Amino acid sequence: MENIGPTAIILGILARFWPVWLALALMLTLSFAYRRRLGLYGYVIGSGVGLAGVIICAFWVFTALFANIIAPFGPLDQIAVMKHAVPGSVEPGSGVPFYLGGDKLARDMFSRMVHGSRIVLAIAPAATAISLMVGSLLGLPAGFFGGRIDSVLSFVANLVLAFPVILLFYLLVTPDIMDTPVPYAMAGFFFIFPILFFCLLFLTGYGKQPVRLTVLLVLTLAVGGYLYVGLVFDADPFGLVHIEPNELNIFVAVAFASSPGVFRIVRGLTMDIKTREYIAAAQTRGESPWYIMLWEILPNARGPLIVDTCLRIGYTTILLGTLGFFGLGMSSESPDWGTAIKDGSQFLRLYAWPALTPAIALMSFVLGLNLLADALREQSLRD
Amino acid sequence: MLKFLALRLGIMVLTMFCLSLVVFFFVNLEPNLKRLAIFQTQQRATDQDLENWLSRNGYRDNFFVRYGRWIGVVKQQPVVDPNTGEIVPRFRFCDEPAEPAYNGILQGNFGCSTAFKTKIENRLPQGLKATGLLMFWVMITMVPAALVIGILAGMREGSRLDRGLSVLSITSTATPEYVSGIIFSVVFATWLKVLNGSAATATSDGITFYNFTLPVMTLAIYGVGYIARMTRASMAEVMSSQYIRTARLKGLSFRQVVLRHALRNALIAPFTVIMLQFPWLLSGVVVVEAIFRYQGFGFLLVSAASNNDIDLLLACGLVSVAVVMVTQLISDIGYAWLNPRIRMG
Repeated sequence: MENIGPTAIILGILARFWPVWLALALMLTLSFAYRRRLGLYGYVIGSGVGLAGVIICAFWVFTALFANIIAPFGPLDQIAVMKHAVPGSVEPGSGVPFYLGGDKLARDMFSRMVHGSRIVLAIAPAATAISLMVGSLLGLPAGFFGGRIDSVLSFVANLVLAFPVILLFYLLVTPDIMDTPVPYAMAGFFFIFPILFFCLLFLTGYGKQPVRLTVLLVLTLAVGGYLYVGLVFDADPFGLVHIEPNELNIFVAVAFASSPGVFRIVRGLTMDIKTREYIAAAQTRGESPWYIMLWEILPNARGPLIVDTCLRIGYTTILLGTLGFFGLGMSSESPDWGTAIKDGSQFLRLYAWPALTPAIALMSFVLGLNLLADALREQSLRD
Repeated sequence: MLKFLALRLGIMVLTMFCLSLVVFFFVNLEPNLKRLAIFQTQQRATDQDLENWLSRNGYRDNFFVRYGRWIGVVKQQPVVDPNTGEIVPRFRFCDEPAEPAYNGILQGNFGCSTAFKTKIENRLPQGLKATGLLMFWVMITMVPAALVIGILAGMREGSRLDRGLSVLSITSTATPEYVSGIIFSVVFATWLKVLNGSAATATSDGITFYNFTLPVMTLAIYGVGYIARMTRASMAEVMSSQYIRTARLKGLSFRQVVLRHALRNALIAPFTVIMLQFPWLLSGVVVVEAIFRYQGFGFLLVSAASNNDIDLLLACGLVSVAVVMVTQLISDIGYAWLNPRIRMG
């Protein structure tokens, strides 16, 4: 079998990523051209750490977007002669090399890694968004009203936090549990929060503009309800919104594991912000508690929340990887990074690349998010 | 102090109760019981046979009665074979008392492992001991390393040393155990061949530098960054406080100020963080034991979950929840004790 050298491998990989480089160049040129007008983002790309974070995160976002163009092979394509191929082996049929070698089922590791980014970048931010809404919608009243609501909600949050994540996953993400109503009940509970969040937001904010309020509410309920029916009951009348039961299970488990963290942060921030004078002013004006929470407190808590969200997406990615590593939830041929690491680690002593490739991909993405969070934190401290 | 302790203990017991209920509920879900029955009847059993087996062994009783039996506040009834009238234990590899008796966690009976075909008392302590050893070495290496990095970084905020160490800590927090474990195995075991990529021999022949470094290193790396960053933040805060400035103006050397004045106060916050690392370590232990084939608590948990070993999974769940609760308690008490500014009551 033909083999290309290390230099050719690196050059080849760099060339395959051409859409990403193009998009990155475009993005960075525009960003630097309009830096002064971009607010927080403009400041962040001014620092070395922030710029590195933005570039790494954007790299993976673009990779996920252009995965079909970048990857020379499909994630499940098996080419028998390429089993455990070393990096750089040329696939005889098409003449395209397996840049990072082949795995135990003769699939191209480079393509799998690129396709895997799609799964990770779809689930991690979405699950984080859900836990953000759940956490804030419960953390705001807990911090604002205090008293019994706070005690009960905090107790529940501490219960979930006291659960070692791995035990939670072993109990919650098993093939058998899909036969029980547990994951669907939990999905039903979690997915109601975004709808509730937006409804409350519009109800309290636009109470004096009935036309705008009605339009927004109808829109929220229609879109939210449509997605809700499709995701939770898998009963989308048009068949467009569909999620595999095992993916729903993973999604719910990850959102469940990270919601109490958001709850704690939002609760703490709310307790701090509610003593400010503009809150007292709003109360004197006779604003409703939910208006104050959603339109006065939440926007003013955004700094720490943005930082936490960045870190949390990284943490969610790690959780997803853990699930994949233990073979929980994901289907066994899924190209997501965690599953790929598990597959590769079987033959680690003989063939390092199949495990190393997704491991480095996962690490770099989380690193990018953490660097970004660090730069954001520094900026928000400076203000 | 006593009132504070009593309150914390009360909350802890309540939390333990709730969590054990949750664990019990999830482990005893219908599909798990079905699989257990299929596995235990071991022949081409009909649905009726499975149902008979489950109800005869008490799995069809009320949820709370079964929970009570497991905890040891409801008497456990001996299982009677309907055909012969003899008393047979639930699993043939574990004997059970012939008379109704309280026989649960409170009495020290964790039940019977179907995966290892023995009583859980025979496996769990060994596993916990092995994992305790691993955790001990992780703590011994991780905590000093993290504190030193954090103090060096926070000593002069914004310096080049601070920047460098910060990026290093961020990198370490971005590297979960299954990533660093893989990278370390490849580098140190496969390429350099200086360390053993498997800790299997540590269980049988005792631990050595050769077989135990990689698991310890892998576990420590993930935690180091986090503790170091907390220490750094705490140190930076202390270094910018008034009394440090006074000490400097008095003419004390930088070294003396750091060692004598700053360090003590800067180490209060990291203490809490270190104690709260235990739940995190617990998850890491499972990953690391799987990668390096070390037979500790994580190995038991994984075997229990993958073999549908209900009693063992319950025991593992209870132990891990208890570890988390105890460390939280210690961290609360320790924080209150270390920090004179916190009022107790």
